[in-house]
Amino acid sequence: MTQTMSGAKMVVQALIDQGVDTVFGYPGGAVLPIYDEIFQQNSIRHFLVRHEQGAVHAAEGYARSTGKPGVVLVTSGPGATNAVTGLTDALMDSIPIVVLTGQVPTFMIGSDAFQEADTVGITRPCTKHNWLVKDTNELAATLHTAFHVATAGRPGPVLVDIPKDVQFADGSYEGPAKMKSHYQPQVKGDLDAITQLVEAMETAKKPIFYTGGGVINSGPVASQLLRELVATTNFPITSTLMGLGSYPAKGDNWLGMLGMHGLYEANMAMHDCDLMINIGARFDDRITGRLDAFSPDSIKAHIDIDKSSINKVIRVDIPIVGDVAHVLEDILKVWKARGRKTNSEGVKEWWSEIDAWRKIRCLDYKPGTKTIKPQYALERLEALTKDHDRYITTEVGQHQMWAAQYLGFNDPNRWMTSGGLGTMGYGFPASIGVQVAHPDSLVINVAGEASWLMNMQEMGTAMQYGLPVKQFILNNERLGMVRQWQELLHGERYSQSWSESLPDFVKLAEAFGAKGILCSDPADLDDAIIEMLAYDGPVIFDCLVEKHENCFPMIPSGKAHNEMLLGDFAIKGAIDAAGSVLV
Amino acid sequence: MNALNITKGSSSNSAYNLRSGHEDVIERHTLAVLVANEPGVLARVIGLFSGRGYNIESLTVAEVDHAGHTSRITIVTTGTPQIIEQIKAQLGRIIPVYDVHDLTVEGPSVERELSLFKVSSKGEKRVEALRLADVFRANVVDSTLDSFTFEVVGSPEKIDAFGELMRPLGLSEMARTGVAALSRG
Repeated sequence: MTQTMSGAKMVVQALIDQGVDTVFGYPGGAVLPIYDEIFQQNSIRHFLVRHEQGAVHAAEGYARSTGKPGVVLVTSGPGATNAVTGLTDALMDSIPIVVLTGQVPTFMIGSDAFQEADTVGITRPCTKHNWLVKDTNELAATLHTAFHVATAGRPGPVLVDIPKDVQFADGSYEGPAKMKSHYQPQVKGDLDAITQLVEAMETAKKPIFYTGGGVINSGPVASQLLRELVATTNFPITSTLMGLGSYPAKGDNWLGMLGMHGLYEANMAMHDCDLMINIGARFDDRITGRLDAFSPDSIKAHIDIDKSSINKVIRVDIPIVGDVAHVLEDILKVWKARGRKTNSEGVKEWWSEIDAWRKIRCLDYKPGTKTIKPQYALERLEALTKDHDRYITTEVGQHQMWAAQYLGFNDPNRWMTSGGLGTMGYGFPASIGVQVAHPDSLVINVAGEASWLMNMQEMGTAMQYGLPVKQFILNNERLGMVRQWQELLHGERYSQSWSESLPDFVKLAEAFGAKGILCSDPADLDDAIIEMLAYDGPVIFDCLVEKHENCFPMIPSGKAHNEMLLGDFAIKGAIDAAGSVLV
Repeated sequence: MNALNITKGSSSNSAYNLRSGHEDVIERHTLAVLVANEPGVLARVIGLFSGRGYNIESLTVAEVDHAGHTSRITIVTTGTPQIIEQIKAQLGRIIPVYDVHDLTVEGPSVERELSLFKVSSKGEKRVEALRLADVFRANVVDSTLDSFTFEVVGSPEKIDAFGELMRPLGLSEMARTGVAALSRG
């Protein structure tokens, strides 16, 4: 069914045909024809952000919490360049988003026209793919292909740059059914390799599942299959920051997050295991620590839909290219067909080793009597919200790591954080995107005051659309993680890591018409959190916490998994004086 | 390793047939990359090499199938075996890349490069340049009373050798196309 319509109308029609009902954006000269079409329809809701970076992070939050692609519409030039951080963030964390940018008319491209930028050139390294559409007749096919590329295989951001004359001109529109793309990533894993992995699973004495964001990207079925595999094999499981929730935190085999600020037992188990099964993770440097000391005695299997992730950092013995859900299904099939064998004696002994590591109680901390410890704030937040239909976003820094350590995630798509790029300013707009997708759920952004200020303009968006996002700010008046590194690695020279001239967050909330809550006494914390939860609208919760708390455990850069620094309270003198290093 | 009875790369269809790790050996590989002939595709390939810090020794590109809008990019690159594998995987990830062939490992292949040399000299040197050109089966494509322009086709090594010989004989300018390569048979 081919219809003739303007390019601008095609954009709206293509979004509708792709099942899009939500767009985050900001208008400008080069996208006015598309905004005119948006004005004249009711199928798509447009959320006006206050800065284009906010639009992309909101779309990321929307995408991550729904599994559907997030859609962004911004103008040319500064609209596009402001989107670059969000695009890079989505690329690093494999988040499917489709960004539509206006462009100056084709006949003005290259003339340094007003609000012209080489958008496809600028965004080429930070998108999975991008297109400049110069002919209205190619617009529909390009848009449908864009959605396919964003969501197929390893998901990622795509961008379609649409010059203004292409928006005005008429062309023929075709629906997505006609879309053909040679881009068809392999989803089924190689059965020989899968059988090899199963053989290794049958004999391994010290196996571990190391899971990542790929499990969540693969969809809810992948999480279900993972749970079945863990339950039936009784192997321990740890996860990266990005994979939290794919296996429930309350599950018996859960070791907690691994990596630089991961749990002691998780990192020690990674170091000492004899079979590491990487499912949808990518051996990031925050995970591996020192490469030549990374899990030296293990057979490593790696399941990833992106062939380039395999052997990129760590050489693996059993590479399996495929979609996590498809591969897990085959692993279970083969394992069951071969008689559901594991080395249960060995695994039992392995668990007793792990239990000994757990006794270190690496997350214990010294509670404050007069000041709120950030860990305590998150423990109370967890206790008071865990039974809610809850989604958590975070900014980047100490609070992010504490949130990953002290909050429990029992389902996928409930945890939205900037992992790969580490984008301060991600969490607040992301929480807006999540709340848009889940209007009746509790959405909390765990923030630090410095990160939060980076995109605080989005308070306007939250207010305009009545989005009751809770901004839970752990305010230490410091760039906490920077300060921690300066304390530990730069001779306590706190260069520029003090948040001076902070606003009064309660008044700031009130200035936007929202509610502000200040809490500084541990005794008041529960009541204050309950007050936050009870308020039907956006809340800025200014939680004044201990200013010099460090985030532990910590694997310092360039150290191995078994060279973790632990907090004073957890170790009680187990650290040797020379390196303050626990071996 | 052997406790679990796994042989490295023993799975025939798996992602990589891992070659035993001489991690620090730098290898030179010729890659043929078939791409959709669309705007920006060369920038994507070059951007990948610069962005990820890979080497390009030479790169040639031209459309090879007009009806199918397909171009062939021939890249000569160097790196450790792990880096070479990574380059191929990263190239394969670019959406308009249809296929990546590593001609260095996929069996015998032929490599040719075309080059032009301008040699300006007089007297005995001019005669010697012409004589050597004949040895190298170079064609004279332009001549003046005090210069020759030679065309040499061959392997990059042959062209290197010719250039070295011409240097003392008045080599004033040279241009090379970079390598084009095909598998044999």
